[in-house]
Amino acid sequence: MLEERGVWVWGDAEGARNFCGNSMAIPPPDPKFVLRGTGASVNTLHFCCSDQEDWNPILFSGSANGQIHIWNLKTHRADKVLESHNKQSVLWIHTLQGRNGLISQGRDAAVSTWDLSEGRTAVIDSIPLDSYGFCQCSLMQEGVGHYLLASPGSTSSEVKILDLPKKTPVWVLKPPADAKLGMPMCLKLWQPPSGSRPLLLVGYENGSLTLWDLSEKKMLSHLACHNEPIMCLDFDPERAKGISGSSEKLLSSWGLDNQQNLKLQNTLTLVNAGIADTCIRQDKKILATAGWDHRIRIFGWKKLKPLAVLQYHIASVHCVTFSDHVVPSERLMAAGSKDQRISLWSVYNKP
Amino acid sequence: MGARYRSAAVLRIFTAMEPEILEVHCLIKQAISTLSSSRDRAEIIRTLQSVKQNLRGPETANPSPQKKEFLKTYYSHFLQVLTNNLSVDWLQLLPVNQEKELLDDFFLNGPPHEAFLVLLDTITATRPSLRQERCVAILEQFLQEDRMAQLIEEICLEYTSPHMSSLQETLLNKISALPDHMANKLEKDNRAIFYPENYYPLLGQEMVLVLERIYEQLKGGMDSSLFFVSQLLGKVCMQGHTDAVLHVLVPRLTILTQSDCIWQRISWRLVENVPERWMENVVSGFVRLSAGPNVLSRLLGNIVLKNKKANFVLTHKFLLLQYQLKTSVLQNLLGYLAGEKSRGCLLIEVLKKLLETWSNSSALRHTPIEQQLYISKAIVIILAELSDSEIQEHKRELLSGMMAGVECHLDSNIARVRQLGMAVAECLSARVNSGDHRLKFEYAEDDELRELKSLSNPRHLSSWEAPPQQHKDESSQLESGQSLAETSLNPVESRQNSQEVQDSESASELDSDDELIPYDLSIDTELQRNRAPVYISDSVEVLMTSADPEQIEITLKAVENLIRKNPTASREISVQLTKVLLHLEDKFNISGFTGLRQGGLVAITVTDTIPVTQYLTTEFYAVNYSLTQRLDILDVLALAAQELSQPDSSQRATNESPSIQLLKSETSGAYNPSQQWKKIIEKRIENKTQRFTRGASRPEPEAVPNRLSPVAGYFFFPLIRNYDRPQTPFDFLAEESLIMGRLIHTLAIIMYFSVNALVAIHMGKALLDFIWAVRYHTDAYVRQGTLFAVSSVLLSVPNNILLTEVPDELLEIRCWLADVAENDADEGCRRSALQSLLLMENFKKKLGVFTE
Repeated sequence: MLEERGVWVWGDAEGARNFCGNSMAIPPPDPKFVLRGTGASVNTLHFCCSDQEDWNPILFSGSANGQIHIWNLKTHRADKVLESHNKQSVLWIHTLQGRNGLISQGRDAAVSTWDLSEGRTAVIDSIPLDSYGFCQCSLMQEGVGHYLLASPGSTSSEVKILDLPKKTPVWVLKPPADAKLGMPMCLKLWQPPSGSRPLLLVGYENGSLTLWDLSEKKMLSHLACHNEPIMCLDFDPERAKGISGSSEKLLSSWGLDNQQNLKLQNTLTLVNAGIADTCIRQDKKILATAGWDHRIRIFGWKKLKPLAVLQYHIASVHCVTFSDHVVPSERLMAAGSKDQRISLWSVYNKP
Repeated sequence: MGARYRSAAVLRIFTAMEPEILEVHCLIKQAISTLSSSRDRAEIIRTLQSVKQNLRGPETANPSPQKKEFLKTYYSHFLQVLTNNLSVDWLQLLPVNQEKELLDDFFLNGPPHEAFLVLLDTITATRPSLRQERCVAILEQFLQEDRMAQLIEEICLEYTSPHMSSLQETLLNKISALPDHMANKLEKDNRAIFYPENYYPLLGQEMVLVLERIYEQLKGGMDSSLFFVSQLLGKVCMQGHTDAVLHVLVPRLTILTQSDCIWQRISWRLVENVPERWMENVVSGFVRLSAGPNVLSRLLGNIVLKNKKANFVLTHKFLLLQYQLKTSVLQNLLGYLAGEKSRGCLLIEVLKKLLETWSNSSALRHTPIEQQLYISKAIVIILAELSDSEIQEHKRELLSGMMAGVECHLDSNIARVRQLGMAVAECLSARVNSGDHRLKFEYAEDDELRELKSLSNPRHLSSWEAPPQQHKDESSQLESGQSLAETSLNPVESRQNSQEVQDSESASELDSDDELIPYDLSIDTELQRNRAPVYISDSVEVLMTSADPEQIEITLKAVENLIRKNPTASREISVQLTKVLLHLEDKFNISGFTGLRQGGLVAITVTDTIPVTQYLTTEFYAVNYSLTQRLDILDVLALAAQELSQPDSSQRATNESPSIQLLKSETSGAYNPSQQWKKIIEKRIENKTQRFTRGASRPEPEAVPNRLSPVAGYFFFPLIRNYDRPQTPFDFLAEESLIMGRLIHTLAIIMYFSVNALVAIHMGKALLDFIWAVRYHTDAYVRQGTLFAVSSVLLSVPNNILLTEVPDELLEIRCWLADVAENDADEGCRRSALQSLLLMENFKKKLGVFTE
């Protein structure tokens, strides 16, 4: 399969675009690079490119065998491989203070913080979680070295907010008992640009979405936007608009009005069911989805206009993310798949 | 009759003759003799005028004794004399301008019934002549001047006097049948007013007039009788003019009874007094034409309780014996029955009766489906009308009826009956059972069922067509008010709309993804995880062993093409493949599974006919197969027979080479320069024209051998042979009427496609023998099959062979078909029997030609 498609050609889409001329639709681009060697399906990715100008951009990947790879995007090789979480699957990773710290969540129901500064690879701390589910945590920086971590709670539908590095639970958010929301499936902790109080978006197993005010421990709004469990969501605080994908064929975008009510804005029916992950690019122009149908889809963020269907992987794509390069033309998109590969793409980078 | 009155009158004259009366007597006698003998114009005019004075007199409540006497005793006789005189020369004696005054007024101002009778008698007794013409004109005038109302009213007033009964009878017949009398007598010269379509509405109007006068009388405290009006109404309705009369009467009564209880009583009495033998027509007219149960209730009152005949008609005949009422009329009738407390218990009784019929399996088998639909509708409507307490009170009976009904409906082989049963049962259980214990069936709703189910919501009173009211103005005002309000609202709305549009436009300008050019999205297709097998043996492998739903789906989609592409390979494993396909279960709910499997089976049957048909026909009678599998076998055999009987399209397409049209020889007309010039042009055009194929516009169909002909027997005989063998897993003849019906249909289809095959006659013989045993099967579907089989035999076997080989059977079949066409309960059966009969008739004609 791989050889047939000639994936090793590190070509870009521009050549193809010129070749085809303007009259015909341009064939979708191939990946810019492919990173192999994780040894297990890739569950989560995190770029770190813009912290120090002269340092190499790096990409963290967490895979199902508990390894965390730190990929050098200059050499396209793994600089370091961290063994973590007792070889249990890594669910989620995020950097702390640039590339000197890392936080990872594993299927052993623990969150570990790492010290990576000056070549160290040591686990500083391990925080046990209450949930053994697949729900990824969400991290928000409150101040220098001070973070809030949202994680699934002990009982179903419950979400717990921890204070880092103190490890103390700050708030426990419990929806009303009669809501029957099911387990939380995905979390997004964010700070509205105007207000100071952090808000939390939770997607639940029953397909509904809730917005919480943390400090008041109050559910501000509730929206039933899917019929199946919500698998992923991302939110754009500027536009007060978010996107969610579920295990069905539907992609929904919803907005937040002035009264903090969630309102369904747009839905898009895809060809194949199942969206594992979605990510809005930092410039809020496009968003990408990782499909169970092996495909990465690109949409315009404003109107959800379908822009591209990227076909490279031969198994479900688990995660997709955009890099934080300072120079827009260098920006990359990375996708990790069950086929143990990470594909790097350069799409819609022309100003 | 006139004579009898006269003699009685004469007797009275001689016994107690008062002076005034004597005077009248003398005057009339003289006048009559003058009129019959005199030819003197002045004398005649004088005489007529003097008599007329008697007729006219002062219009007071108490007419003079002379007038009374004249009217009572001599009027009719005098009119007869007058009509006898109506001849050309006599009429010429009268001055033209006074003709009406002198002559017509006698008829139009006296007692109307006598005038009517004299006129009608004269018209019917005479031949076409001036006299008849004159009488017809007067009668026309008579009708136009509403004298008929006068007549009816007078008869009503005198109803009580006993000697009137025979007169009434006569009048009743004559009035109700006037259009017939006139048409018979006048033929082409008939006047428009005597046409039934004009006369009966007129009669209706006259009746309204009479009723209005009676109303006035009742209001004035006088007693009055409606008997004659009722009788007349009944008689007219019985003669089939219900609609014409009641279209006038009912709307008028609807308005009048709206607020006035005297009018209501009049209406009730009007219907009640109708003699029993005519009651049905009158009541049915009222039910059909009144707008809504409320109106009907006002018009009929409690007649259903008071009058036995009306009760029978309304609660039994219209519901159980007939099924011609429209749905809205049915709603009207049942709404009326539900209308009041006193009639309430009636409705539940009616419902029980209906349920009894509905749940009767024999009734289900022997009544046409339209009637079943009708009964179902009635049940659903009643359920909507009944209150919860009533239903709970009779819950037990309703439930038992429902259970029996559902059972026998679901037993039926006709899908429509089953669905009907399910829909009704759902409605029933929705009313009877509360909460979760409701029945819920799965079936595809069509318009009919949707309509039926919609009836389960009681029809709102306002939905009935509002009668033309006096309040029309108000309502129109209201409407205009509404429309005003709407228009006043609209600007706001439209403004909002425009604003919205603007908003969205501006938003779209700012918020578009247009600067991002999409890539080719065509690769975004449904994900196929597996590849279709390339070899037929691979697909057998997959179908046998694989547990992967997608793999199976892809294979199933590919299998038909694989079989057809490589017949040789398919033949090697044909029986095995058939077996696999036949036993394949739709474990994964693959869309179009049945069609795909069937396609594969048909393909393999066509490819390797003999072994596969042998296998399939054997398996059809084998044990341990499900009903579906057996039915599938039948379908596959029928489809394969069809395919084989048609020319092989695939081969022809490949063999066909484009036939080339020869160019015309160029020698002709070579010496004609203009011709040559034309040719050059044509050639040039021809050179510039591109044609994809060049050839005859329609190639002759190529003769190909009939592929079914040599193998038809393999399809047919094993199937027909085994049905009554004791080792068959079930008793075809007794129980499994569905599979029996399908078997017969399939045999008939194979028979039909075997046209022109040599074995057709043997197949036909066997089929005729076979169906003879089941020709009076209780199941309509089986009967339909037998009739279909007969027609396919008639169509497929050459006529002359059929006539020489099975003449006796044909005769028997003909008798049977005639019987079915006449008596069968199922409409489909009747129709196809009729068609087969037609085919046989054609035979006869052909045979006639043949023998000649």
